[in-house]
Amino acid sequence: MAAPYELSDDSVVVVIGSGAGGGTLGNELAQKGIDTVILEAGGRHEFTDFINDEWGSFGQLAWLDNRTTSGDWRVSRDFPNLPAWIVKAVGGSTTHWAGASLRFQEHELRVLSEYGAVEGANLLDWPITLADLEPYYDKAEKKMRVTRTHDLPGLPGNNNYKIMEAGAKKLGYKEVHTGRMAINSVDDDRPMCQQSGFCFQGCKFSAKWSTLYTEIPEGEETGKLEVRANAHVLKIEHDDSGKVSGVVYADKDGNQHRQAARAVCVAGNSIESPRMLLNSASSQFPDGLANSSGQVGKNYMRHMTGSVYAVFDKPVNFYRGTTMAGIISDEARNNPKRGFVGGYEMETLALGLPFMAAFLNPGAWGREFTAALDMYDHMAGMWIVGEDMPQESNAISLHDELKDAHGMPIPNVHFTDHPNDVAMRNHAYGQGSAVYDAVGATATYPTPPYPSTHNLGTNRMSAKPEDGVVNKFGQTHDIANLFISDGSQFTTGAAENPTLTIVTLAIRQADYIAEQMSQGAI
Amino acid sequence: MRVLNKQEAISRRGFLTGAGGMALITASGAVLSPSQGWAVEVKALKPETMATLIQMARDIYPHDRLADKFYAKAVKTHDETAAKDSAHKQLIEDGVAYIDSRTEVRHKVAGYRALGWEADRAAMLRLIEDQAFFQALRGGLVVGLYNQKEIWPMFGYEGASADQGGYIERGFDDLDWV
Repeated sequence: MAAPYELSDDSVVVVIGSGAGGGTLGNELAQKGIDTVILEAGGRHEFTDFINDEWGSFGQLAWLDNRTTSGDWRVSRDFPNLPAWIVKAVGGSTTHWAGASLRFQEHELRVLSEYGAVEGANLLDWPITLADLEPYYDKAEKKMRVTRTHDLPGLPGNNNYKIMEAGAKKLGYKEVHTGRMAINSVDDDRPMCQQSGFCFQGCKFSAKWSTLYTEIPEGEETGKLEVRANAHVLKIEHDDSGKVSGVVYADKDGNQHRQAARAVCVAGNSIESPRMLLNSASSQFPDGLANSSGQVGKNYMRHMTGSVYAVFDKPVNFYRGTTMAGIISDEARNNPKRGFVGGYEMETLALGLPFMAAFLNPGAWGREFTAALDMYDHMAGMWIVGEDMPQESNAISLHDELKDAHGMPIPNVHFTDHPNDVAMRNHAYGQGSAVYDAVGATATYPTPPYPSTHNLGTNRMSAKPEDGVVNKFGQTHDIANLFISDGSQFTTGAAENPTLTIVTLAIRQADYIAEQMSQGAI
Repeated sequence: MRVLNKQEAISRRGFLTGAGGMALITASGAVLSPSQGWAVEVKALKPETMATLIQMARDIYPHDRLADKFYAKAVKTHDETAAKDSAHKQLIEDGVAYIDSRTEVRHKVAGYRALGWEADRAAMLRLIEDQAFFQALRGGLVVGLYNQKEIWPMFGYEGASADQGGYIERGFDDLDWV
């Protein structure tokens, strides 16, 4: 079982974070026999402890440490201290995610070449191709049991999906199905989906893939992985040679400890990961670790998102069943004739009544607002998710004054839409509404983006050290034994939900770390 | 399709009676509704203030099928906070006094609650919607009202499902009209 390692053991690889990137990487390393310690800031709540209640679950799982926001995005006005809806718990945001598992399209890994330069956008081609990723996508899909891949059946469509599918077909869309989802469509050692409708609150049946009850216990069974919960990393330390040597963290009582490390892999999501690098500044690295490019924290992406809710004259009860129960992919291609580069997916989404009240139109009140909520059980809904433009000015930075409970500067999240993002969103609102109008919607609501769930790009991958933070294996350009293992290494965002690609990169990175260790390079 | 029985809630309101259902204020400092069978003890705020908050709550999020008791429960927290925090007490009392006086000047009636039409009351609230008092009131209602499990069935929302085995046998795909 779980191997407890000494704080002074400098032979261990320390992974910071236990979500899609960190949880997967930790297990992959342990399977190779590498001694690994995962430090997870949050607590460990097993899936039976999850709460089928939106606010109750939010209190249990969400990352609620204080953050500030700036920029033109509406989240900064409506939720000034909640830029992101992500998780602080073992399993990270894989407890909360909806399960959509789509591969990147080939051109999305070389968007600068495909789109050309876009004014105001810091576009760059990834240093890897789809062909590099395909064998690892295969491994990730098998690990996560993604439906409609490797002979696994799709999930059945729920009421919300039936509406979207019918509307999509009337509009002539062709790529419409119940998605490629990391949610069991057959029973195996985890049960098939019971259509409980609380995907965002953690699946109480463990039908949805989460590192909490897959990767992490598998890794622990090897005896080569220790997952230390309630271990909130404050900074990463280095030795005189400039190699990282250990990690300082605070336990649940606020007491600080130092875990020695042979290598450190940062997977704290795209707000905390750059924050840790910036908070680890030293006399040798005055701008923060791995920041010779100045790109740490920059190019923050959150996907072009929004929702369309529609009201019908008959009941839908869209809260029943898989939250993300189906997809339209026809708009995901790059077709600049629409007035923007890149593309977007349309994916069903439902919220419970409490969150619908909070997110349908934040700040709105009066009879216009309540008229919509009164039709709650007659609503269908979709989320739109597309590629947004990386902008250097959209960034995670350290707050000048505010500190957390451990005395470390808190992060500020600055974001303003690029004109391409706005054009894409408006197109998606129009097409989403058209889907529902085609099947008789009596009202449609173009709903603004929620606090970010897809946080990307703040330690980006680049061929050249001056353009980004990490190389094609997620290894920092500046420090050989420091890696980035989460979505912050994304060079650009693509249209697809990021988790599958984060897992894919983590599997690939584990091979590389093992190789580097066996060669004595790290 | 399996649809929720909202009738029970609606028929109960049959005798709970409609918009207005005027709340009374007792000498002992409570706000109560004899016809609707609820009462709110008020500790820190003036009872008149609590009655106004209840009306404002309904005007902010008007759902005609919800009885006043749900709005009363949603704003009661302001009295509890006011009992511990004098600044909050002042925020609420000053906010209500301000809108009462503005209403008297504009409409020549005895304060906000005396204004007969919702649209007129809402117009008064629009004047102060950027102010801290209104933001505190509206912000508190988002959770204070909509997170009351008792009201969920009236919107057709069923709440927790895992304890009932999810919806796989309970209508996740029973839509038959599209």
